[in-house]
Amino acid sequence: MPDVNLTVDGKKITAPAGTLLIEACKAVGVEVPSFCYYPNFSLQGACRMCLVKIEKMPKLQTACTTVISEGMIVTTDSPEIKQARKSMLELLLGNHPLDCPVCDAGGECELQDMTFSYGAAESKFMEAKNHRDEQQWSPVVFFDRPRCILCYRCVRVCGEGMDVWALGVQNRGVSSIIAPNKEDHLECEECGMCIDICPVGALTSGAYRYKTRPWEMKHVGTICTHCSDGCKTTLGVRRADAGMEIVRGDNRDKSGTNGDFLCIKGRYAFDFANHEDRLTQPLIRKNGRLTPATWAEAVALVGRKFAEIRDRNRGDAIGVVGSTRTTNEEAYLLSRFARTVLKTNNVDHHRTADFPAFAAALRGKPGMTASMAEVFTAPAILLIGNDPTEQHPLLTWQIRNNVRLHQSRLYVVNSRPIKLRRQATKFMQIAPGAESQVAEFLAGSGDPANQLISSSADKSAWTSLREKLRTEQNLIIIFGSEISGSAVSNIVRFGSAISGTKFVCLGDYANSRGAADMGLYPDLLPGYHPITGNTEFHREWGEIPPTTGLDLPAMVAAARAGNLKALYVVGSNPIGRMNIDPFAFSNAFVVVQDMFLTETAVTADVVLPAANAYEKSGTLTNTCGDLQLVKKAGDLTGVKTDFEIIVRIAEAMGFDIHKLVPFGGGTRADMGQSRGAESGEADRHAVWLEARGLEPKLSPFDSMAIFDEIQRLVRSYDVSRMNLLAGNSQHTSLEHAGPGAAHKPESIVPAKDTLFTSGTLGRYSRALQSVIESHEAKHSEVAAD
Amino acid sequence: MKFSDQFEARFAEMLPHYPTKRSALVPTLLYAQDEVGFLSDEVIAELAQRLELTELEVRNVISYYSMLTTRPRGKYNVQVCTNISCLVRGGEDILHHCQKKLGIGNKGTTADGMFTLEEVECIGACSWAPAAQVNYDYHENLTAEKMEEILEKYKSI
Amino acid sequence: MAYLVSHPDEVKIVSKRFGQSAANLDRYLELDGYNAVQKALAMEPDAIIDEVKNSGLRGRGGAGFSAGMKWSFVPKQSAKPKYVLCNGDESEPGTCKDRLIFEHDPHSVIEGVIIAGLAVGSRTGYIYIRGEYRYLSVIMQKAIRDAYSRGFLGKNIFGSGRDFDIYWHGGAGAYEVGEESALMESLEGKRGIPRIRPPFPAVVGLWGGPTVINNAETLASVPHIILGGADWYAKLGPPKNGGTRLFCLSGNVEKPGVYELPMGYNLKKMIYDVGGGIPNGRSLKAVVPGGSSTPCLTADEIDISMDFDSVAKAGSMLGSGGVVVLDDAQCIVKFALRTMQFYQHESCGWCIPCREGTDWLKKTLVRLHSGGGLKKDIDNMQYLSENMLGRTFCPLGDAAAMPTIAFVKKFRKEFEDHLEGRPCPYEKQGVVEQLPVLAH
Ligand SMILES: Cc1cc2nc3c(=O)[nH]c(=O)nc-3n(C[C@H](O)[C@H](O)[C@H](O)COP(=O)(O)O)c2cc1C
Ligand code: SF4
Ligand code: FES
Repeated sequence: MPDVNLTVDGKKITAPAGTLLIEACKAVGVEVPSFCYYPNFSLQGACRMCLVKIEKMPKLQTACTTVISEGMIVTTDSPEIKQARKSMLELLLGNHPLDCPVCDAGGECELQDMTFSYGAAESKFMEAKNHRDEQQWSPVVFFDRPRCILCYRCVRVCGEGMDVWALGVQNRGVSSIIAPNKEDHLECEECGMCIDICPVGALTSGAYRYKTRPWEMKHVGTICTHCSDGCKTTLGVRRADAGMEIVRGDNRDKSGTNGDFLCIKGRYAFDFANHEDRLTQPLIRKNGRLTPATWAEAVALVGRKFAEIRDRNRGDAIGVVGSTRTTNEEAYLLSRFARTVLKTNNVDHHRTADFPAFAAALRGKPGMTASMAEVFTAPAILLIGNDPTEQHPLLTWQIRNNVRLHQSRLYVVNSRPIKLRRQATKFMQIAPGAESQVAEFLAGSGDPANQLISSSADKSAWTSLREKLRTEQNLIIIFGSEISGSAVSNIVRFGSAISGTKFVCLGDYANSRGAADMGLYPDLLPGYHPITGNTEFHREWGEIPPTTGLDLPAMVAAARAGNLKALYVVGSNPIGRMNIDPFAFSNAFVVVQDMFLTETAVTADVVLPAANAYEKSGTLTNTCGDLQLVKKAGDLTGVKTDFEIIVRIAEAMGFDIHKLVPFGGGTRADMGQSRGAESGEADRHAVWLEARGLEPKLSPFDSMAIFDEIQRLVRSYDVSRMNLLAGNSQHTSLEHAGPGAAHKPESIVPAKDTLFTSGTLGRYSRALQSVIESHEAKHSEVAAD
Repeated sequence: MKFSDQFEARFAEMLPHYPTKRSALVPTLLYAQDEVGFLSDEVIAELAQRLELTELEVRNVISYYSMLTTRPRGKYNVQVCTNISCLVRGGEDILHHCQKKLGIGNKGTTADGMFTLEEVECIGACSWAPAAQVNYDYHENLTAEKMEEILEKYKSI
Repeated sequence: MAYLVSHPDEVKIVSKRFGQSAANLDRYLELDGYNAVQKALAMEPDAIIDEVKNSGLRGRGGAGFSAGMKWSFVPKQSAKPKYVLCNGDESEPGTCKDRLIFEHDPHSVIEGVIIAGLAVGSRTGYIYIRGEYRYLSVIMQKAIRDAYSRGFLGKNIFGSGRDFDIYWHGGAGAYEVGEESALMESLEGKRGIPRIRPPFPAVVGLWGGPTVINNAETLASVPHIILGGADWYAKLGPPKNGGTRLFCLSGNVEKPGVYELPMGYNLKKMIYDVGGGIPNGRSLKAVVPGGSSTPCLTADEIDISMDFDSVAKAGSMLGSGGVVVLDDAQCIVKFALRTMQFYQHESCGWCIPCREGTDWLKKTLVRLHSGGGLKKDIDNMQYLSENMLGRTFCPLGDAAAMPTIAFVKKFRKEFEDHLEGRPCPYEKQGVVEQLPVLAH
């Protein structure tokens, strides 16, 4: 776009044609106040805070609705403008309850800030204020009507941004009110974006209300631990008896790829961390019962038993199940620990996507994975399978708003009429399970298979879809777990023939992609390198058992046959989530690291209380391959990170931990990441290190120590450390991946999570549970009529 | 939900007058209200479905317009204008007289469900003030006595 | 049914068929009906626009913008259909003229809409009538049907090869919907919230198409201009204020009614000659010259010519033609309060200054009128009104602020008379102030 020259407060400035005056001013550091203006949403011109003087115009003009034009001369600060702003605030405060001392937004309220900067010291108002009672609209959304300043941000974020349209404006004049779609309550996706976007305390969070004052919290920007989209969430933490308690999740740090977005899980479902069922003491089965024990006792026992079994029955009598929610460093460490300490390749995790096939298909192809950010800008998107609205809320936000703001073309192929069809240029409904036929059809030149033909999608519709897609440029193809194995290579073959195509393969959990990248497979090492090869890992790690290990179903079979003597489950609940017989491992020595007594943990011989991703630091990789830093926010006395536990077990097994974690090199300090500054953890580490004659400079529990190795050996992870530490997401590609492997499609068990569920974790979130209950209650009401 | 044939005919005639369905909303709501007496949940659901709107959207619109109501009213809606032209010619006296006569306040409905009383804004009868509307019928150049006669007349029909 | 009046000074153009059963199409045809359209069909669109421009016809809806000029803003080429929208929302307190046109001469509006359509290249018109005017909607709907039945509307009108459709549309009670952009929202089935301008309706209007919006009286004047010629029409009034106006005389006058007088008619004469003066031997206190939105004039400010420019010079506005006369028994504070109560009730609520300003002013006026006012309230009202003025999203905020400023400025003493517990000096003894609040 050509540039336009204008003058703002005497400064000559230039901005692209079409820019709004308010943005042009912001770009050169001239602050024009506003309530109703919000970037990327429809213009309102309602709050009148942004009035400025434009030469040749008789009245003051709203900078938020004025598009800049050549030669425009603008004044943003004059006695007249000051007075206009001041009086606008006076008018607004006239009916505002001024209950700031008890208002949740007190201290982070735009009305307060604005009044401080532009307002009047004395109040002219002496009339009775209009009042209405506070309403609860959902378990997580409260509305305090008198505080509302009618900026309509909530209405727009819900409608335009979320395509939910659950908020409206009712009545008129001073009786105008924001109203929920079901008269006295909301029926919506409960994303809570209305709360974040509310400039005042009119919309407040059911999870946070009256809990604390904003200035009493520390705010830690980290990555959400639920789905695999990798939203940045800012956790508000407060000192508590047992460490640091997370009291709020929100989006005040808008630096993540998610920008303004957060879904219900990112915003409220941190509360599993504070659940009263959290394990805070190791448990050891004694006389058939899980009995509290000390860490020293538990670690010693596990170390001894693992070493015994390894030495007596060989390593392949031990199975290891890793996690899709622990950090990359932990997954990598576990992979290395299994191969080199336990000496087993019986390593697996809960697989939700065929990443090895994806890696194989993209090997050697540079730049063909799309980042989450690119999903917001791609000119065209093809989505096959999955229901992103339920399973990938951020991805959906990116797609939806790409269509809305950039007129991106969206093509949807799905067996159900998923909600994203509303944004689709073309929607093709297919029979369940026919996704791989779609891949085959697209990759080929022939007719669509009979299963694809329906009344709404005949032969020519399919052919013209294929033709249309082939004319696209910079297409992003996104596919769910329905596409696996050879279907992945078909899709990649199809896409590779279109210029600029990139791909996203959808896995389900916060670090599903990382677990795969870090080699939690029986046949693959980190970076999709075969266990059987002769790779850098073989050279650096020392001896690795040479044959492919058992996958999870095979471990179950081996345990039944009495060949699997021990099972080490780190942050996973295979019995609860993967249809595994609870008695399958009855004869094995089972060690489980978890936060809760899950279906798997209750069968264990030793249960070790683990910290969650909000209580540690490290990195996670989202489903697109975007690598992001997680920072420690909460802290709970008694629990330990999986990283630390693994290292301690290795040590208890008599292993030289210098050979497991390259710590102590001295140059790669962790920059304070792994230790919560408030927690006293640093001191505890120092004590432990000194007791063992170790250098207190860098802990063996510092995941950053092993991150160096990951960056070196998993080549796509060789991203800018500085950018990562600065909190930016860094995209990893699969160009340098190993050859991957062909796996059975049945080995993929989709999580089938919805907006309100999150694997095992979700059950421990009160926020999620209460929303599920309230939605169910409403359904049964309707059913009873 | 069943409307009269007349409503259906009108609705069917009106729809093709506009490039978008929802454009028919405001007049349709008023006709529906005339028929049902008020805009019930059922009416809202029905019209939302017909015009491809959410019920919220329909409610947003209803609550904006002062003639539309979601609550039942009396058979006769007595709307007394007290705006400026009527004010200076005794419009408030007419309103107070109605209040006394009917024993109800603004927006009240008599126990027998016959009358609802409403103070309204200018109804376009300024040169014939004071004025009132009973449902859609205009009554102008009112005096207290005249108003009383009018109420009596409605009572008897 | 509204009552008709007459006065020798009247120049009956728009009202010439009033009382002559012209709602009946045959009767209308006998009275020159549809001749203007046929004449216009033979004219070039630009010629029609020029004719209307030269006639000095200015908008009768309130703002007084040149009708011909407005039409000329409509782009010749448009990818989207163009529309003509007749504003028959007539809700400005003091105004009751469009009502008479719809009742007595509905076809003249239809004709005006068609001619406007021919001028701007539109083939669809809407006539929006406020919901309270149900009986007029019935009349208008019949008139439209009759016009279709004769081939005056629909395909190939008057055998000209051109098509034109007109549809009726009804409101449901909202003053703000008379504002042109809110009117379009309402017609599109939405809440009557005004739109951001620019773009102006002439460029982006109904459903995104260029749209001409005119008041019913403006449009009803057009056929007469086409038949009588621009010169004739222009000369009826002072320069740049062509033609006549329907003045709605109301309030404390002997003979209230709607009179069609030439533009520029003297206000004093209008009140004393045409209206027959102030009844009951009382004297004049104030006049609201153009509907409730216009600043009042005091008794010694009324010797003025009633045209747009002269009234503006006198510090008020010709507005919608509603002339409300107040005798010396009226309480200005009460009058100001009732005016503000209206704006508070009718504000759409979209923007802060109007939504909050009208509420605040109304509350203060209620308090002040009932004797609970303080001296600073008077200054405060002035302050608030001045701070609303020119800063609201649409002119409704101005419409609330302007008259208030005038009341306070011109009748300050009367406000002071209400202060510190003093009861309203004009209120009848024994009547307790119980102003019903218009809750929504
Ligand atoms: C708050 C407000 C209410 C209005 N109400 C009406 C109305 O009821 N009828 C009308 O014709 N114009 C009304 N107008 C003026 C219209 O916006 C518009 O200027 C007019 O319809 C244009 O027609 P004209 O140029 O023929 O006057 C109103 C304006 C405002 C700001
Ligand atoms: S001035 Fe503002 S609140 Fe008032 S009617 Fe116009 S837009 Fe609505
Ligand atoms: S930001 Fe411009 S009016 Fe609100």
